[in-house]
Amino acid sequence: MDFKEAGLTEAEYARVKELLNREPNELELRLIGVMWSEHCSYKSTKQLLRTFPSKGRYVLQGQGENAGVVDVGEGWGFAFKVESHNHPSAVAPFQGAATGVGGIIRDILAMGARPCASMDGLFFGDTKLARTQHLAKGIVEGIGSYGNAVGVPVVGGKTFYSACYNENPLVNAFNAGFVRLDKMASSQTAKAGDLAVLLGSKTGRDGIAGASFASRELGEDSNASRPQVQIGDPFEEKLLIECCLDLLDSDLIASMQDMGAAGILSSSSEIAYKSGCGIDVMVHKIPLREQDMLPWEIFLSESQERMLLIVESEKLDAVFAAARHYELDCAVVGTVTDSRRYRVYDGNNLIADLPVSILGDTPEISWPASAPSDAGERASLDISFSASEDAASDLISLIACDNGRSKHGIWEQYDSMVQLHTIAGPGRPAAAIEVPQTKRACVLSMEAEPYKCRTDPFAGAAETMAMSLRVIWLAGADALGMTNCLNFASPESPEVFYELTQCVKGLAFACEELGCPVVSGNVSLYNETTSGRIFPTPLVVTAGLIEDRDHFLSCGRSKAGCAVYLTGATEGSLGASRYQAMKCAKPLGLTVALDCEAERAFRDRAIKTARARAAISGRVVSGGGLAVALAAEAISSDIGMKIDLKPKTSAEALLFSEGGARAIYSVPPDKTKDFEDIWDGFPHMRIGTAGNAAFVWDGLFELPLERLKSAFIEGR
Amino acid sequence: MRTAVVVFPGSNCDRDVRRAISETLKTAVEMTWHSEASFATDPDLVVLPGGFSYGDYLRSGAMAACSPIMGEVRRHADRGGAVLGICNGFQVLTEAGMLPGALLPNISLSFICRECYVRVERTDNMFTSGLKTKEIVQFPIAHHEGLYFLPPKELSELEEAGQVVFRYADPKSGEAGEQYAPNGALNGIAGICSKRGNVLGLMPHPERATIAHLNGGTDGVAFWHSIAKVFAGRGAF
Repeated sequence: MDFKEAGLTEAEYARVKELLNREPNELELRLIGVMWSEHCSYKSTKQLLRTFPSKGRYVLQGQGENAGVVDVGEGWGFAFKVESHNHPSAVAPFQGAATGVGGIIRDILAMGARPCASMDGLFFGDTKLARTQHLAKGIVEGIGSYGNAVGVPVVGGKTFYSACYNENPLVNAFNAGFVRLDKMASSQTAKAGDLAVLLGSKTGRDGIAGASFASRELGEDSNASRPQVQIGDPFEEKLLIECCLDLLDSDLIASMQDMGAAGILSSSSEIAYKSGCGIDVMVHKIPLREQDMLPWEIFLSESQERMLLIVESEKLDAVFAAARHYELDCAVVGTVTDSRRYRVYDGNNLIADLPVSILGDTPEISWPASAPSDAGERASLDISFSASEDAASDLISLIACDNGRSKHGIWEQYDSMVQLHTIAGPGRPAAAIEVPQTKRACVLSMEAEPYKCRTDPFAGAAETMAMSLRVIWLAGADALGMTNCLNFASPESPEVFYELTQCVKGLAFACEELGCPVVSGNVSLYNETTSGRIFPTPLVVTAGLIEDRDHFLSCGRSKAGCAVYLTGATEGSLGASRYQAMKCAKPLGLTVALDCEAERAFRDRAIKTARARAAISGRVVSGGGLAVALAAEAISSDIGMKIDLKPKTSAEALLFSEGGARAIYSVPPDKTKDFEDIWDGFPHMRIGTAGNAAFVWDGLFELPLERLKSAFIEGR
Repeated sequence: MRTAVVVFPGSNCDRDVRRAISETLKTAVEMTWHSEASFATDPDLVVLPGGFSYGDYLRSGAMAACSPIMGEVRRHADRGGAVLGICNGFQVLTEAGMLPGALLPNISLSFICRECYVRVERTDNMFTSGLKTKEIVQFPIAHHEGLYFLPPKELSELEEAGQVVFRYADPKSGEAGEQYAPNGALNGIAGICSKRGNVLGLMPHPERATIAHLNGGTDGVAFWHSIAKVFAGRGAF
């Protein structure tokens, strides 16, 4: 084979020869090719990701480990990360999504944490297409079948529909877990003389070279890539979780790494590289599922449900005993050395001998970037586009459309309650789970704003980040940290690389200014097909901490007689809003630029409101604008509202504009003074009252609550 | 009351049941791995928890029904001891022949997790004597195979013998029956007991309706107290 088949460019191959001072043999070439692939090396984005703020008062482990970990108090760490499984899900929706869930769970396990909460960001195409229906059904069933069986609750998520995902759906799997701080595991603590132990499934031919597959565009021949998609076994994973947690609890593991992309190769070389060691791997000792597998197939296999453990030799017997208890395969497959070499033996034959650094210290590429040629067109919006002639029917359309309606048809297929710690589950902006054996709670929000990132990647990404923070703050939580998944088309296009760069800048800016460090993340590039590119889709998940879970402020709890308040500006922007996209069939115009001072003022007051219990229900104004936020509150509270707020410019701007730090609150009559005192110094006004069975907007419309409910629940 | 929870490979509600019982009744709970031949203590109540024992491969509950510990579970039941199977535990009990019938895939062919209302049909057994007949309680469900099935003749025998303990119901009207079964269960059957009333299987999860600050409600608390009352005086471990 030549270097091109291994996925290397001519320049990269020249660099390889220079580093080795010789030609690599075929196995070596394949190993290097995979480790230098976009998927494993992040070569296009490493320099961008370094610009994320990484420090914060809660951060224990930032980027560079299997997952970030933050300190949530009383001896507990919270590990979390989001990761894409886009390409596999596009060709084999059920298995692609299922193994995405399994993979991110092992990342959390690799930190020593018990995986305790999942969320899924799903981006599907036009729901009228048979392909979308097929993909969505398979993906949702795949997530459910794996997550339900492995016993990790799905506590929330995000589902977004746009024709740009017709051929290339996105599946971003998030997982989080709690770990005792003294039991945290690491991939950086191997030392010479330790043994490399492979625990879990036997190695087969499934998912071979999946990393290379994920490092290029999906083509018409992508269905032929099906053998590169892995097959999941949640039963095996459940046993693997329990076994690893037992081993960690007994201090039997020196270091560990899950096996994801590039399987044994990446896990063993990463442990050696990060620990500053070398490693000898015995290919003939690896338990195989199939006969006659070649060494390169064994090294690149992405068979699921395997962990690489680094074990001190005197603890080996105890490790094997635990594996027998759980009926898991377990084998010593290598030795950690001080050679800083990555050596592969087949019997006594040395078949690969590379410096560990060539696998760990991978190259970087900076692609040319230039603003899209139609950037001006995307950013401009003719204001006459959108006059709302019938505000009530526009509101119903926004609630009933794919992006507006209830996603219970999806999340009821997921177990959201197993493990008995879900305080607030799916179907609301903020999920909350209890920190084990404490009164504390972690709050999670997942956000993405593809429309806004399409028309202005910087402001769109900043708004995405701010939105996820507002949800956390409104719930009463301090931001602990954020993880992100950057879903983009090919970075080799200057326009795409420009959008990617701008989105990273926007996220970094918002994180820096609003005090939320980035602790982990993942990049998925080449999300495009011959029929087009996806919109820039940076997805963020922000975690927050509430010290007393009784202070958690949820939504859908409005009661008759409550005063309804709006905090923040009366209007945002119609640019790249759901309303605008519905009217024009594509996103156009600019969103609101991030006002950091206003965001911080909102943050302080929102947290105070929750902790003082000055409101009984609250909701951030997000997709669909103020009218949709109020309608959602009415529907989820099963109570009507009467709103009295006059348009400043137009009805549609008042009702449907988006962006900026804005929220609605339901305040019991005896708390209005407390509430107004807290919000003193920030725009706030009483806009109505909850009660009765109709949603009435004085001077604009009157809708029976039942009409809103059928729009939301049945989508019509 | 002394409780043992059996842990099969793939059980995933074992720790939840332990917590629900130990926090409600302030007792320790023994966790017994499926390969044991007997219990370490002398339990009054044996719980087969929810989850995906053996990955639900072959058929839900089929392989767990052959686990070594099941011999002792059966002897415990034969001695008149209490055995409670929740969700996958119910499936194990039917596969083991300790309760009649079978749990088939939901009529929607989808997994369903949501709040669920059931009506208490009988209180003359070891589990619900502390509840009220026709009382409606909310225990969440989470399953893919929950359609209770029995051929017509056996089904009427089951009904006549008074073995139907819980039936899916409408909380507003108080009516119960198949039309309220989210999974299509025949006669709306959510839970049944053995003729002696000492073995109970149900699809809904009372342990998920136990911890007040979580999202599943608290109707399970009375259920645990109801069982404990039967064994009052036996003490904890």
